[in-house]
Amino acid sequence: MVYFAGAIGFWILAWLLNIWIARQNESKLLNLFPPILFGVSIILIWQASVVGFEVSPVILPPPSAIYYKFISSIPTLWGDFVQTALKGALPGYLIGCAAAFAVSLIADKFKFFGRGILPIGNFLAAMPIIGIAPILVMWYGYGWQSKAAVVAVMVFFPILVNTVQGMKMSDKIHKDLMQTYNANYLQTLLKLRLATAMPFIFNGLKICTTLALIGAIVAEFFGSPIRGMGFRISTEAPRFALDMVWAEITVAAIAGSLFYGGIVLLEKWITFWHPSQRGRA
Amino acid sequence: MKYLKELEKGCEQVTVMNKRLRIDSDNKILPVICIITFIITIWYGFSIVLNAPWEFDKAKRNSITLSKTELVSQTWSQKRPKLPTPHQVAKEMWDTTINKKITSKRSLVYHGLITFYETIYGFAFGTGLGILLALGIVYNRATAMSVMPWIITSQTIPILAIAPMIVVALGSAGFSGLMPIVIISMYLSFFPVVVGMVKGLKSPEQLDIDQMKTWSASKSQVLFKLRAPKSTPYLFTSLKLGMAASLVGAIVGELPSGGGGGLGFRMLSGSTFGNTLHIWSGLFSAAILAGSLIAIIGVIQRIVLKRMALET
Amino acid sequence: MVQSEVINVSNLDLTFETGDGPVHALKNVDLKVNKGDFVSFIGPSGCGKTTLLRVLADLDEPTAGEVTVNGVSPREAREARAYGYVFQAAGLYPWRNVAANVKLPLEIMGYSKEEQLKRVKKVLDLVELTGFENKYPWQLSGGMQQRASIARALAFDADILFMDEPFGALDEIVRDHLNKQLLELWKSTNKTICFVTHSIPEAVYLSTKIVVMSPRPGRIVDIIDSNLPSDRPLEIRDSKDFIEISQRVREGLRAGHSDE
Repeated sequence: MVYFAGAIGFWILAWLLNIWIARQNESKLLNLFPPILFGVSIILIWQASVVGFEVSPVILPPPSAIYYKFISSIPTLWGDFVQTALKGALPGYLIGCAAAFAVSLIADKFKFFGRGILPIGNFLAAMPIIGIAPILVMWYGYGWQSKAAVVAVMVFFPILVNTVQGMKMSDKIHKDLMQTYNANYLQTLLKLRLATAMPFIFNGLKICTTLALIGAIVAEFFGSPIRGMGFRISTEAPRFALDMVWAEITVAAIAGSLFYGGIVLLEKWITFWHPSQRGRA
Repeated sequence: MKYLKELEKGCEQVTVMNKRLRIDSDNKILPVICIITFIITIWYGFSIVLNAPWEFDKAKRNSITLSKTELVSQTWSQKRPKLPTPHQVAKEMWDTTINKKITSKRSLVYHGLITFYETIYGFAFGTGLGILLALGIVYNRATAMSVMPWIITSQTIPILAIAPMIVVALGSAGFSGLMPIVIISMYLSFFPVVVGMVKGLKSPEQLDIDQMKTWSASKSQVLFKLRAPKSTPYLFTSLKLGMAASLVGAIVGELPSGGGGGLGFRMLSGSTFGNTLHIWSGLFSAAILAGSLIAIIGVIQRIVLKRMALET
Repeated sequence: MVQSEVINVSNLDLTFETGDGPVHALKNVDLKVNKGDFVSFIGPSGCGKTTLLRVLADLDEPTAGEVTVNGVSPREAREARAYGYVFQAAGLYPWRNVAANVKLPLEIMGYSKEEQLKRVKKVLDLVELTGFENKYPWQLSGGMQQRASIARALAFDADILFMDEPFGALDEIVRDHLNKQLLELWKSTNKTICFVTHSIPEAVYLSTKIVVMSPRPGRIVDIIDSNLPSDRPLEIRDSKDFIEISQRVREGLRAGHSDE
């Protein structure tokens, strides 16, 4: 109980500090504090509640236990990460992106096809695509190929929809300019429309980073060799080794954030000219 | 290449004709029908290709050679096909919906209803949570600064992946039944709602806000008379995303339940017992469920936005 | 006097089909433009002046009538890259710096790398933007962006220049300066310029010929041949001839208005 009260006390102090910081002028350094303080408070409350209320580790392990498990299982965690993220999610993401770009180009060149594929793409992007995971495991076996296939299908539709929309987005004035130069389709595409489509394409790419990892993990629930994050979770959970499960989740969260962060950096580099990147959104 | 160009031109002419006759002023119906027909044709083709190895094996064991028509008709009617044909899936769905009692565990409707309830409750709670968080973020700077980064990070935590664990954990803590799954759906659907509502509530221009200031409007008046109405387009888009996410959460949450029911459970049991028709019919039912729920939101969206003259 | 005819418009008619019904943008337009002319099109909104320019540039198609540019159809003229077009907004690509923006038409038309560098330097000099090659459009003021847009239109030696209210968004002082620069450019290059504006002083100051238009339907009300000398300091705007021409333009605009 003491622990819990202490944690709540910390939370209140941290919150007051956050309110004070919020009232100050914007500064990059100061802006980092609120989220960090908030996160630390949550972890402290978590630790304090679990220990203080003697919550069974079978329901929710304390952060300390997760930390210890994490440190002691790094080889296993790394192996799982390689299997799921590097061999499953990443290839699937790249394949799905490439396929989506190819189809969007076709949809752009052949307007009839484009008009038909967009509603269908929108519809399928909202579908629980994860449902095809068992089917793909059945077709491609238990290895990383089926996971990559699931991820490829999952990221295909959102990226397709975003890319097609981006290709439509060039200002009329820019297109007219191209027409006065009598530029052909390829020139207009490469010099104008791809650049204007980039912000939209990156929108899709960002959304799909999380989808990719989740897809790979969930696909492993339906069949996997004795490695992989999904495999580990689905075997450790029934054994109530929840600290291992949470350690895997931590790995997944870190991997997902790094992936997302990488795409954000790429976006900053390529679409440096867009108002949202120049801080004028 | 030239052939494709001719094909494209022909399609365009039909589209123009449709437009003139006012059959299809959006130019969408004909292309969509064409593509769907094309997909179904390819599907039948792939059915033959993927199911053929099994047929060949069977024929070899019985020392028969298959004629082309036999191959086609048999690959299209296997009991456990690698790729069932559209009509096989349709028949299975018909069988398990119309021809079974709703209360039977073999009925697709039974499972569909379970998933439906999980989705709807998760969606409702998720939307509520999302709107509350959005209000907090818009009106309280401390909340905005501390919580927003974590909300975004929360989406990188593959909740979907630990859904099984949540169900198990909550189960041993005494919460069973639909509750754990509803929590998972809620977690997945609150994020689009928060993001969309924050954007929407912040969408009024400085101009409008200043105008409210000149009338000495109270904070709640500004909220209800300006910010809320202006955020309705964003809200509806987010609701659609939230609904889709909620359904995915429900389906994956059912996986470890080991006997509860629902479309996810159905697909898993189909996968475990090699009953591919169960997998496909479950998948299609999930798709139909998702499509209908989102379409309902779309209809409400159109009615509301038309009355508010935000969309003609 | 034999002057080569660069643009010939006869009986041009253009009706747009819009969601609210047909809009008769241009009606019975007849026009002749000779080489080296500076023609201004002036009129209130909706009089069709921009539409007319776009028809000449093959950006819109007429519903009736005949148009020739350089003796051929506008489409063939566009395919032969016979003109440069300056839009109302600068329309620079934000992902390219100034030099890269000016290079854009040269890349498309297949000039060699050395040619590109040479020409970019030359036209940036002409519009006094030397030194800004590596800046991005959002780092420039409105006036500078427009100048870059003009440089871009000059880069590839087209004999004809179509300009659609290029200085509309700029303030008086910058405008005066750019007007003067444009006149000097015109004199040194002897291009044929078609210029759309809604400012009477600008039209009278710049042109050798002023086409007054009126709306609903868009048509030509008056064509005025300017008798101002080709040497025009800004003070000429206070001269008697200038004021007379301005008044004639104003009367034409009023007549067009009262027709409604």
